[in-house]
Amino acid sequence: MKYRLLKVIAAVYFLTLNPAMGNSFITLVSTTSTENSGLLDNIVPKFREQSKINVRVVAVGTGRAMKLGEMGDADMILVHHRASEEEFVSKGFGIERSEVMYNDFVIVGPPEDPANIRYENRTLDALSQIYEHEMPFVSRGDDSGTHKKELELWTMAGLNAQQYSGNWYHETGAGMGATLNIANAMGAYTLSDRGTWLSFKNRDRLVLLFEDDPPLHNQYSIILVNPEHHPHIKINEARSFANWLVSDQGQQAIADFTFAGQQLFFPNAQSKHR
Amino acid sequence: MNDFSQAFSKAIWLIIQLDGDLIEIVTLSLQVSLTAVLIASMIGLPLGAALALYRFFGRGLLVAMLNTFMGLPPVVVGLVVYLILSRSGPLGMLGLLFTPTAMIIAQVCLIAPIVAALTRQTILDANDEYHEQLKALGAKPSGLMITLLWETRYSLVTNMFAGFGRAIAEVGAVLIVGGNINHSTRVMTTAIALETSRGDIELALALGIILIMLSLTVTSVVMGARHAAYKIYN
Repeated sequence: MKYRLLKVIAAVYFLTLNPAMGNSFITLVSTTSTENSGLLDNIVPKFREQSKINVRVVAVGTGRAMKLGEMGDADMILVHHRASEEEFVSKGFGIERSEVMYNDFVIVGPPEDPANIRYENRTLDALSQIYEHEMPFVSRGDDSGTHKKELELWTMAGLNAQQYSGNWYHETGAGMGATLNIANAMGAYTLSDRGTWLSFKNRDRLVLLFEDDPPLHNQYSIILVNPEHHPHIKINEARSFANWLVSDQGQQAIADFTFAGQQLFFPNAQSKHR
Repeated sequence: MNDFSQAFSKAIWLIIQLDGDLIEIVTLSLQVSLTAVLIASMIGLPLGAALALYRFFGRGLLVAMLNTFMGLPPVVVGLVVYLILSRSGPLGMLGLLFTPTAMIIAQVCLIAPIVAALTRQTILDANDEYHEQLKALGAKPSGLMITLLWETRYSLVTNMFAGFGRAIAEVGAVLIVGGNINHSTRVMTTAIALETSRGDIELALALGIILIMLSLTVTSVVMGARHAAYKIYN
Protein backbone atom coordinates (compact mmCIF):
# COMPACT_ATOMS: atom_id res chain seq x y z
CA MET A 1 0.00 0.00 0.00
CA LYS A 2 2.74 2.33 1.06
CA TYR A 3 4.71 1.47 -2.09
CA ARG A 4 1.79 1.99 -4.43
CA LEU A 5 1.45 5.55 -3.17
CA LEU A 6 5.15 6.05 -3.72
CA LYS A 7 4.84 4.79 -7.27
CA VAL A 8 2.01 7.20 -8.02
CA ILE A 9 4.01 10.09 -6.62
CA ALA A 10 7.03 9.06 -8.68
CA ALA A 11 4.95 8.79 -11.86
CA VAL A 12 3.40 12.24 -11.43
CA TYR A 13 6.80 13.68 -10.57
CA PHE A 14 8.52 12.40 -13.69
CA LEU A 15 5.64 13.26 -15.98
CA THR A 16 5.69 16.86 -14.83
CA LEU A 17 9.45 17.03 -15.23
CA ASN A 18 9.25 17.28 -19.01
CA PRO A 19 6.05 19.27 -19.46
CA ALA A 20 6.70 20.06 -23.12
CA MET A 21 7.14 16.42 -24.10
CA GLY A 22 4.83 15.36 -26.88
CA ASN A 23 4.37 18.89 -28.22
CA SER A 24 6.20 19.84 -31.34
CA PHE A 25 9.01 22.30 -30.80
CA ILE A 26 12.16 23.61 -32.42
CA THR A 27 15.35 24.84 -30.83
CA LEU A 28 16.41 28.32 -31.89
CA VAL A 29 19.84 29.47 -30.83
CA SER A 30 19.80 33.25 -30.89
CA THR A 31 22.04 36.13 -29.97
CA THR A 32 21.63 37.45 -26.45
CA SER A 33 20.30 40.79 -27.70
CA THR A 34 17.11 39.34 -29.17
CA GLU A 35 16.43 37.35 -26.00
CA ASN A 36 17.54 39.83 -23.34
CA SER A 37 15.49 42.63 -24.87
CA GLY A 38 12.36 40.47 -24.65
CA LEU A 39 11.70 40.38 -28.43
CA LEU A 40 11.48 36.61 -28.74
CA ASP A 41 9.38 36.26 -25.59
CA ASN A 42 7.01 38.66 -27.27
CA ILE A 43 6.77 37.25 -30.81
CA VAL A 44 7.16 33.50 -30.27
CA PRO A 45 3.69 33.13 -28.65
CA LYS A 46 2.16 34.76 -31.75
CA PHE A 47 3.79 32.17 -33.98
CA ARG A 48 2.90 29.33 -31.61
CA GLU A 49 -0.75 30.31 -31.65
CA GLN A 50 -0.94 29.86 -35.43
CA SER A 51 1.38 26.95 -35.99
CA LYS A 52 1.15 24.96 -32.71
CA ILE A 53 4.93 24.80 -32.91
CA ASN A 54 6.82 25.99 -29.87
CA VAL A 55 10.18 27.73 -30.23
CA ARG A 56 12.69 27.04 -27.48
CA VAL A 57 15.21 29.84 -27.35
CA VAL A 58 18.78 29.36 -26.18
CA ALA A 59 20.52 32.75 -25.98
CA VAL A 60 24.27 32.82 -26.62
CA GLY A 61 26.72 34.99 -28.56
CA THR A 62 26.84 34.74 -32.35
CA GLY A 63 30.12 32.78 -32.31
CA ARG A 64 28.77 30.10 -30.01
CA ALA A 65 25.40 30.09 -31.78
CA MET A 66 27.16 29.08 -34.97
CA LYS A 67 29.17 26.41 -33.17
CA LEU A 68 25.95 24.97 -31.73
CA GLY A 69 24.42 24.99 -35.21
CA GLU A 70 27.49 23.29 -36.64
CA MET A 71 27.25 20.57 -33.99
CA GLY A 72 23.57 20.04 -34.80
CA ASP A 73 22.35 21.21 -31.41
CA ALA A 74 20.01 23.81 -32.88
CA ASP A 75 17.43 23.65 -35.65
CA MET A 76 18.04 27.25 -36.67
CA ILE A 77 20.10 30.24 -35.61
CA LEU A 78 19.33 33.96 -35.36
CA VAL A 79 22.57 35.91 -35.54
CA HIS A 80 24.07 39.25 -36.55
CA HIS A 81 27.39 39.17 -38.30
CA ARG A 82 27.21 39.02 -42.06
CA ALA A 83 30.73 37.80 -42.86
CA SER A 84 30.49 34.89 -40.40
CA GLU A 85 26.97 34.07 -41.62
CA GLU A 86 28.11 33.80 -45.22
CA GLU A 87 31.01 31.62 -44.17
CA PHE A 88 28.63 29.41 -42.16
CA VAL A 89 26.46 28.90 -45.24
CA SER A 90 29.35 28.48 -47.68
CA LYS A 91 30.88 25.78 -45.48
CA GLY A 92 27.57 23.92 -45.76
CA PHE A 93 26.60 24.16 -42.08
CA GLY A 94 23.55 26.27 -42.82
CA ILE A 95 21.01 26.84 -45.59
CA GLU A 96 18.44 29.43 -46.60
CA ARG A 97 19.84 32.52 -44.94
CA SER A 98 17.28 35.32 -44.74
CA GLU A 99 17.73 38.82 -43.45
CA VAL A 100 14.96 39.54 -40.97
CA MET A 101 15.41 42.86 -39.20
CA TYR A 102 17.94 45.45 -38.14
CA ASN A 103 18.71 48.01 -35.54
CA ASP A 104 21.98 49.73 -34.79
CA PHE A 105 24.89 49.87 -32.43
CA VAL A 106 25.54 52.77 -30.10
CA ILE A 107 28.52 53.84 -28.03
CA VAL A 108 27.70 54.44 -24.39
CA GLY A 109 29.92 55.76 -21.64
CA PRO A 110 30.20 57.97 -18.57
CA PRO A 111 28.15 61.19 -18.68
CA GLU A 112 31.32 63.33 -18.23
CA ASP A 113 32.57 61.91 -21.56
CA PRO A 114 36.30 62.43 -20.83
CA ALA A 115 37.29 61.42 -24.39
CA ASN A 116 34.88 63.94 -25.85
CA ILE A 117 33.23 61.62 -28.36
CA ARG A 118 29.84 63.26 -28.02
CA TYR A 119 30.46 65.83 -30.73
CA GLU A 120 32.23 63.58 -33.22
CA ASN A 121 30.46 62.90 -36.51
CA ARG A 122 32.11 59.63 -37.47
CA THR A 123 32.29 56.41 -35.46
CA LEU A 124 35.95 55.99 -36.38
CA ASP A 125 36.79 59.44 -35.00
CA ALA A 126 34.92 58.68 -31.80
CA LEU A 127 36.96 55.50 -31.36
CA SER A 128 40.18 57.40 -32.15
CA GLN A 129 39.36 59.85 -29.38
CA ILE A 130 38.96 57.02 -26.88
CA TYR A 131 42.19 55.47 -28.15
CA GLU A 132 44.23 58.65 -27.99
CA HIS A 133 43.02 59.58 -24.53
CA GLU A 134 43.46 55.96 -23.39
CA MET A 135 40.05 56.08 -21.74
CA PRO A 136 38.67 52.85 -20.28
CA PHE A 137 36.83 50.85 -22.95
CA VAL A 138 35.07 47.57 -22.24
CA SER A 139 35.01 44.99 -25.04
CA ARG A 140 32.77 41.92 -25.13
CA GLY A 141 35.77 39.77 -26.04
CA ASP A 142 33.49 36.76 -26.56
CA ASP A 143 33.39 36.28 -30.34
CA SER A 144 29.80 37.54 -30.40
CA GLY A 145 28.36 39.56 -33.28
CA THR A 146 28.82 42.77 -31.30
CA HIS A 147 32.42 41.85 -30.52
CA LYS A 148 33.17 41.09 -34.18
CA LYS A 149 31.61 44.41 -35.15
CA GLU A 150 33.71 46.26 -32.59
CA LEU A 151 36.93 44.65 -33.86
CA GLU A 152 35.96 45.59 -37.42
CA LEU A 153 35.46 49.21 -36.37
CA TRP A 154 38.89 49.38 -34.71
CA THR A 155 40.45 47.87 -37.84
CA MET A 156 38.61 50.35 -40.06
CA ALA A 157 39.98 53.15 -37.88
CA GLY A 158 43.46 51.70 -38.34
CA LEU A 159 43.91 51.23 -34.61
CA ASN A 160 45.09 48.22 -32.65
CA ALA A 161 43.27 48.58 -29.35
CA GLN A 162 43.79 44.99 -28.32
CA GLN A 163 47.47 45.58 -27.61
CA TYR A 164 46.28 47.65 -24.64
CA SER A 165 44.24 44.76 -23.25
CA GLY A 166 44.42 44.89 -19.46
CA ASN A 167 45.56 48.51 -19.60
CA TRP A 168 42.67 50.73 -20.67
CA TYR A 169 41.08 48.16 -23.03
CA HIS A 170 39.20 45.54 -21.04
CA GLU A 171 37.91 42.27 -22.51
CA THR A 172 35.11 40.83 -20.39
CA GLY A 173 34.37 37.63 -22.32
CA ALA A 174 30.76 38.07 -21.24
CA GLY A 175 27.32 38.87 -22.66
CA MET A 176 26.15 42.37 -23.53
CA GLY A 177 24.26 42.87 -20.27
CA ALA A 178 27.16 41.69 -18.12
CA THR A 179 29.48 43.94 -20.12
CA LEU A 180 27.19 46.96 -19.61
CA ASN A 181 27.17 46.20 -15.87
CA ILE A 182 30.97 46.29 -15.90
CA ALA A 183 31.14 49.47 -17.98
CA ASN A 184 28.67 51.04 -15.57
CA ALA A 185 30.79 50.11 -12.57
CA MET A 186 34.07 51.22 -14.20
CA GLY A 187 32.80 54.41 -15.81
CA ALA A 188 34.03 53.00 -19.13
CA TYR A 189 32.94 53.30 -22.76
CA THR A 190 31.48 50.33 -24.61
CA LEU A 191 29.77 49.39 -27.86
CA SER A 192 26.25 48.00 -27.42
CA ASP A 193 23.39 47.03 -29.67
CA ARG A 194 20.56 49.49 -29.19
CA GLY A 195 18.03 46.85 -28.15
CA THR A 196 20.02 45.64 -25.15
CA TRP A 197 20.97 49.21 -24.24
CA LEU A 198 17.37 50.45 -24.23
CA SER A 199 16.06 47.55 -22.18
CA PHE A 200 19.04 47.60 -19.79
CA LYS A 201 18.07 48.88 -16.37
CA ASN A 202 21.27 49.23 -14.33
CA ARG A 203 22.72 52.31 -15.99
CA ASP A 204 23.01 55.01 -13.36
CA ARG A 205 26.52 55.94 -14.59
CA LEU A 206 26.10 55.34 -18.33
CA VAL A 207 24.61 57.53 -21.05
CA LEU A 208 24.28 57.20 -24.79
CA LEU A 209 27.11 59.26 -26.32
CA PHE A 210 27.36 58.32 -29.99
CA GLU A 211 24.83 57.02 -32.54
CA ASP A 212 23.46 57.38 -36.08
CA ASP A 213 26.38 56.52 -38.34
CA PRO A 214 26.17 54.03 -41.24
CA PRO A 215 29.01 51.76 -39.96
CA LEU A 216 26.87 51.11 -36.87
CA HIS A 217 24.16 49.30 -38.84
CA ASN A 218 23.23 45.99 -37.19
CA GLN A 219 21.59 43.40 -39.43
CA TYR A 220 19.98 40.24 -38.01
CA SER A 221 19.55 37.11 -40.13
CA ILE A 222 18.09 33.70 -39.70
CA ILE A 223 19.78 30.56 -41.00
CA LEU A 224 18.46 27.00 -40.98
CA VAL A 225 20.87 24.29 -39.91
CA ASN A 226 21.68 22.01 -42.83
CA PRO A 227 19.66 18.79 -42.43
CA GLU A 228 22.08 16.94 -44.72
CA HIS A 229 24.67 17.03 -41.95
CA HIS A 230 22.18 16.40 -39.18
CA PRO A 231 19.17 14.29 -40.20
CA HIS A 232 17.40 14.88 -36.87
CA ILE A 233 17.00 18.61 -37.62
CA LYS A 234 13.31 19.55 -37.67
CA ILE A 235 13.67 21.25 -41.00
CA ASN A 236 9.97 21.64 -41.80
CA GLU A 237 9.10 23.21 -38.47
CA ALA A 238 12.21 25.40 -38.59
CA ARG A 239 11.40 26.52 -42.12
CA SER A 240 7.87 27.35 -41.11
CA PHE A 241 9.18 29.67 -38.36
CA ALA A 242 11.67 31.25 -40.78
CA ASN A 243 8.89 31.80 -43.32
CA TRP A 244 6.67 33.32 -40.66
CA LEU A 245 9.43 35.72 -39.54
CA VAL A 246 9.83 37.13 -43.06
CA SER A 247 6.07 37.11 -43.76
CA ASP A 248 3.95 40.23 -43.32
CA GLN A 249 2.61 38.90 -40.06
CA GLY A 250 6.03 38.12 -38.61
CA GLN A 251 7.47 41.42 -39.77
CA GLN A 252 4.53 43.25 -38.21
CA ALA A 253 5.04 41.37 -34.93
CA ILE A 254 8.68 42.52 -34.88
CA ALA A 255 7.66 46.12 -35.62
CA ASP A 256 4.99 46.01 -32.92
CA PHE A 257 7.46 45.07 -30.21
CA THR A 258 8.36 48.08 -28.14
CA PHE A 259 10.15 48.68 -24.89
CA ALA A 260 9.12 51.74 -22.87
CA GLY A 261 7.41 53.10 -25.96
CA GLN A 262 10.41 52.66 -28.26
CA GLN A 263 10.68 50.26 -31.17
CA LEU A 264 13.81 48.12 -30.75
CA PHE A 265 13.98 46.15 -34.01
CA PHE A 266 13.07 47.23 -37.54
CA PRO A 267 11.83 44.54 -39.92
CA ASN A 268 13.55 44.53 -43.31
CA ALA A 269 13.05 41.10 -44.85
CA GLN A 270 13.07 41.46 -48.61
CA SER A 271 12.48 38.09 -50.07
CA LYS A 272 13.00 34.58 -48.89
CA HIS A 273 16.20 32.57 -49.24
CA ARG A 274 18.66 35.18 -50.35
CA MET B 1 21.53 49.64 1.74
CA ASN B 2 18.47 50.72 -0.15
CA ASP B 3 18.98 48.07 -2.87
CA PHE B 4 18.71 45.28 -0.33
CA SER B 5 15.53 46.49 1.33
CA GLN B 6 13.93 47.05 -2.08
CA ALA B 7 14.99 43.59 -3.26
CA PHE B 8 13.72 42.06 -0.06
CA SER B 9 10.28 43.63 -0.35
CA LYS B 10 10.20 42.61 -4.02
CA ALA B 11 11.02 39.02 -3.01
CA ILE B 12 8.20 39.02 -0.44
CA TRP B 13 5.82 40.53 -2.99
CA LEU B 14 6.69 37.89 -5.63
CA ILE B 15 6.02 35.14 -3.11
CA ILE B 16 2.74 36.64 -1.85
CA GLN B 17 1.20 37.05 -5.29
CA LEU B 18 2.33 33.52 -6.27
CA ASP B 19 3.80 34.71 -9.55
CA GLY B 20 3.20 31.99 -12.16
CA ASP B 21 6.64 32.17 -13.77
CA LEU B 22 8.27 32.11 -10.36
CA ILE B 23 6.38 28.98 -9.32
CA GLU B 24 7.39 27.28 -12.56
CA ILE B 25 11.06 28.12 -12.05
CA VAL B 26 11.06 27.13 -8.38
CA THR B 27 9.31 23.82 -9.16
CA LEU B 28 11.82 22.95 -11.86
CA SER B 29 14.76 23.88 -9.60
CA LEU B 30 13.46 21.57 -6.90
CA GLN B 31 12.64 18.75 -9.29
CA VAL B 32 16.03 18.83 -10.97
CA SER B 33 18.10 19.13 -7.82
CA LEU B 34 16.08 16.68 -5.71
CA THR B 35 16.19 14.09 -8.50
CA ALA B 36 19.93 14.67 -8.83
CA VAL B 37 20.38 14.15 -5.07
CA LEU B 38 18.33 10.97 -5.19
CA ILE B 39 20.37 9.49 -8.04
CA ALA B 40 23.68 10.74 -6.64
CA SER B 41 22.81 9.08 -3.32
CA MET B 42 22.01 5.77 -5.00
CA ILE B 43 25.53 5.90 -6.41
CA GLY B 44 27.34 7.72 -3.62
CA LEU B 45 26.05 5.91 -0.52
CA PRO B 46 27.04 2.36 -1.54
CA LEU B 47 30.24 3.59 -3.20
CA GLY B 48 31.31 5.56 -0.13
CA ALA B 49 30.47 2.67 2.19
CA ALA B 50 32.33 0.15 0.03
CA LEU B 51 35.41 2.37 -0.01
CA ALA B 52 35.32 2.58 3.77
CA LEU B 53 34.80 -1.12 4.45
CA TYR B 54 36.41 -3.22 1.74
CA ARG B 55 39.95 -3.46 0.49
CA PHE B 56 40.41 -3.84 -3.23
CA PHE B 57 42.86 -2.89 -5.92
CA GLY B 58 42.84 0.80 -6.79
CA ARG B 59 40.97 1.86 -3.69
CA GLY B 60 43.51 4.51 -2.71
CA LEU B 61 43.39 6.06 -6.15
CA LEU B 62 39.60 6.04 -6.14
CA VAL B 63 39.51 7.79 -2.74
CA ALA B 64 41.96 10.44 -3.91
CA MET B 65 39.89 10.96 -7.05
CA LEU B 66 36.65 11.28 -5.08
CA ASN B 67 38.17 13.85 -2.77
CA THR B 68 39.38 15.83 -5.75
CA PHE B 69 36.04 15.57 -7.55
CA MET B 70 34.27 17.06 -4.51
CA GLY B 71 35.50 20.36 -5.87
CA LEU B 72 34.79 19.83 -9.57
CA PRO B 73 34.27 23.15 -11.36
CA PRO B 74 30.63 23.23 -12.56
CA VAL B 75 31.51 24.80 -15.93
CA VAL B 76 33.91 21.97 -16.69
CA VAL B 77 31.26 19.40 -15.80
CA GLY B 78 28.78 21.33 -17.95
CA LEU B 79 31.17 21.36 -20.86
CA VAL B 80 31.93 17.64 -20.64
CA VAL B 81 28.26 16.70 -20.31
CA TYR B 82 27.51 19.03 -23.23
CA LEU B 83 30.08 17.32 -25.45
CA ILE B 84 28.65 13.91 -24.56
CA LEU B 85 25.00 14.89 -25.08
CA SER B 86 25.58 17.10 -28.13
CA ARG B 87 24.11 15.80 -31.37
CA SER B 88 27.68 15.36 -32.54
CA GLY B 89 28.62 13.57 -29.29
CA PRO B 90 28.46 9.89 -28.34
CA LEU B 91 24.96 10.10 -26.78
CA GLY B 92 23.63 12.68 -29.23
CA MET B 93 20.96 10.41 -30.63
CA LEU B 94 19.10 10.54 -27.33
CA GLY B 95 18.32 14.22 -27.96
CA LEU B 96 18.80 15.08 -24.29
CA LEU B 97 20.64 18.37 -24.67
CA PHE B 98 18.69 21.41 -23.44
CA THR B 99 16.29 19.27 -21.37
CA PRO B 100 15.84 18.98 -17.58
CA THR B 101 17.25 15.45 -17.86
CA ALA B 102 20.57 16.86 -19.11
CA MET B 103 20.61 19.21 -16.13
CA ILE B 104 20.03 16.30 -13.76
CA ILE B 105 22.89 14.35 -15.33
CA ALA B 106 25.26 17.30 -14.91
CA GLN B 107 24.26 17.80 -11.28
CA VAL B 108 24.63 14.08 -10.52
CA CYS B 109 28.22 14.28 -11.81
CA LEU B 110 28.82 17.25 -9.54
CA ILE B 111 27.37 15.88 -6.32
CA ALA B 112 27.80 12.10 -6.44
CA PRO B 113 31.49 12.51 -5.47
CA ILE B 114 30.48 14.75 -2.56
CA VAL B 115 27.94 12.26 -1.24
CA ALA B 116 30.37 9.36 -1.73
CA ALA B 117 33.34 11.06 -0.06
CA LEU B 118 31.31 12.24 2.94
CA THR B 119 29.65 8.82 3.26
CA ARG B 120 33.03 7.12 3.24
CA GLN B 121 34.09 9.21 6.24
CA THR B 122 30.81 8.61 8.08
CA ILE B 123 31.02 4.85 7.59
CA LEU B 124 34.71 4.81 8.49
CA ASP B 125 33.97 6.47 11.82
CA ALA B 126 30.98 4.24 12.50
CA ASN B 127 32.98 1.13 11.70
CA ASP B 128 35.69 2.13 14.18
CA GLU B 129 33.04 2.50 16.82
CA TYR B 130 30.90 -0.61 16.19
CA HIS B 131 33.35 -3.03 14.58
CA GLU B 132 34.01 -5.22 17.64
CA GLN B 133 30.32 -5.35 18.55
CA LEU B 134 29.24 -6.32 15.06
CA LYS B 135 31.98 -8.93 14.82
CA ALA B 136 30.85 -10.43 18.14
CA LEU B 137 27.29 -10.60 16.81
CA GLY B 138 28.64 -12.52 13.82
CA ALA B 139 27.91 -9.97 11.09
CA LYS B 140 29.10 -11.04 7.63
CA PRO B 141 31.16 -8.58 5.59
CA SER B 142 28.30 -8.20 3.08
CA GLY B 143 25.77 -7.47 5.79
CA LEU B 144 28.15 -5.07 7.46
CA MET B 145 27.65 -2.42 4.81
CA ILE B 146 23.85 -2.47 5.03
CA THR B 147 23.93 -2.45 8.82
CA LEU B 148 26.33 0.47 9.03
CA LEU B 149 24.44 2.46 6.37
CA TRP B 150 21.24 1.96 8.34
CA GLU B 151 22.85 2.80 11.68
CA THR B 152 24.29 6.05 10.34
CA ARG B 153 21.17 7.05 8.37
CA TYR B 154 20.74 10.33 10.22
CA SER B 155 24.26 11.46 9.41
CA LEU B 156 23.85 10.27 5.82
CA VAL B 157 20.89 12.61 5.37
CA THR B 158 23.22 15.47 6.22
CA ASN B 159 25.67 14.20 3.59
CA MET B 160 22.90 14.08 1.01
CA PHE B 161 21.95 17.64 1.79
CA ALA B 162 25.50 18.85 1.41
CA GLY B 163 25.02 17.57 -2.15
CA PHE B 164 21.62 19.21 -2.49
CA GLY B 165 23.05 22.54 -1.39
CA ARG B 166 25.66 22.37 -4.11
CA ALA B 167 23.17 21.26 -6.76
CA ILE B 168 20.54 23.93 -6.18
CA ALA B 169 23.10 26.73 -5.93
CA GLU B 170 25.05 25.77 -9.06
CA VAL B 171 24.72 27.79 -12.27
CA GLY B 172 27.66 26.99 -14.56
CA ALA B 173 26.73 23.44 -15.53
CA VAL B 174 22.95 23.84 -15.89
CA LEU B 175 23.42 26.95 -18.01
CA ILE B 176 25.53 25.07 -20.56
CA VAL B 177 23.54 21.83 -20.77
CA GLY B 178 20.09 23.31 -20.04
CA GLY B 179 20.37 26.51 -22.09
CA ASN B 180 18.19 28.57 -19.70
CA ILE B 181 15.16 28.15 -21.99
CA ASN B 182 12.10 30.00 -20.76
CA HIS B 183 9.27 27.66 -19.62
CA SER B 184 11.52 24.68 -20.28
CA THR B 185 14.92 24.64 -18.58
CA ARG B 186 15.03 27.91 -16.66
CA VAL B 187 15.85 27.39 -12.99
CA MET B 188 16.47 29.81 -10.12
CA THR B 189 20.21 30.25 -10.65
CA THR B 190 20.04 30.73 -14.42
CA ALA B 191 17.12 33.15 -13.99
CA ILE B 192 19.25 35.16 -11.54
CA ALA B 193 22.13 35.25 -14.04
CA LEU B 194 19.72 36.38 -16.78
CA GLU B 195 18.16 39.18 -14.73
CA THR B 196 21.63 40.38 -13.72
CA SER B 197 22.62 40.57 -17.37
CA ARG B 198 19.42 42.45 -18.11
CA GLY B 199 20.57 44.95 -15.53
CA ASP B 200 17.54 44.25 -13.32
CA ILE B 201 19.66 43.95 -10.19
CA GLU B 202 16.66 44.31 -7.89
CA LEU B 203 14.76 41.38 -9.42
CA ALA B 204 17.97 39.31 -9.55
CA LEU B 205 18.59 39.94 -5.87
CA ALA B 206 14.94 39.21 -5.03
CA LEU B 207 15.24 35.85 -6.81
CA GLY B 208 18.47 35.23 -4.90
CA ILE B 209 16.69 35.85 -1.62
CA ILE B 210 13.91 33.45 -2.64
CA LEU B 211 16.49 30.80 -3.58
CA ILE B 212 18.10 31.03 -0.15
CA MET B 213 14.69 30.87 1.54
CA LEU B 214 13.90 27.81 -0.58
CA SER B 215 17.09 26.04 0.50
CA LEU B 216 16.33 26.98 4.08
CA THR B 217 12.81 25.53 3.83
CA VAL B 218 13.93 22.27 2.27
CA THR B 219 16.73 21.85 4.78
CA SER B 220 14.44 22.67 7.72
CA VAL B 221 11.82 20.17 6.59
CA VAL B 222 14.40 17.41 6.21
CA MET B 223 16.16 18.22 9.46
CA GLY B 224 12.78 18.37 11.24
CA ALA B 225 11.78 15.00 9.82
CA ARG B 226 15.14 13.59 10.81
CA HIS B 227 14.73 14.83 14.34
CA ALA B 228 11.20 13.43 14.61
CA ALA B 229 12.30 10.05 13.26
CA TYR B 230 15.21 9.97 15.68
CA LYS B 231 12.86 10.56 18.61
CA ILE B 232 10.49 7.81 17.50
CA TYR B 233 13.13 5.17 16.91
CA ASN B 234 15.25 5.90 19.96
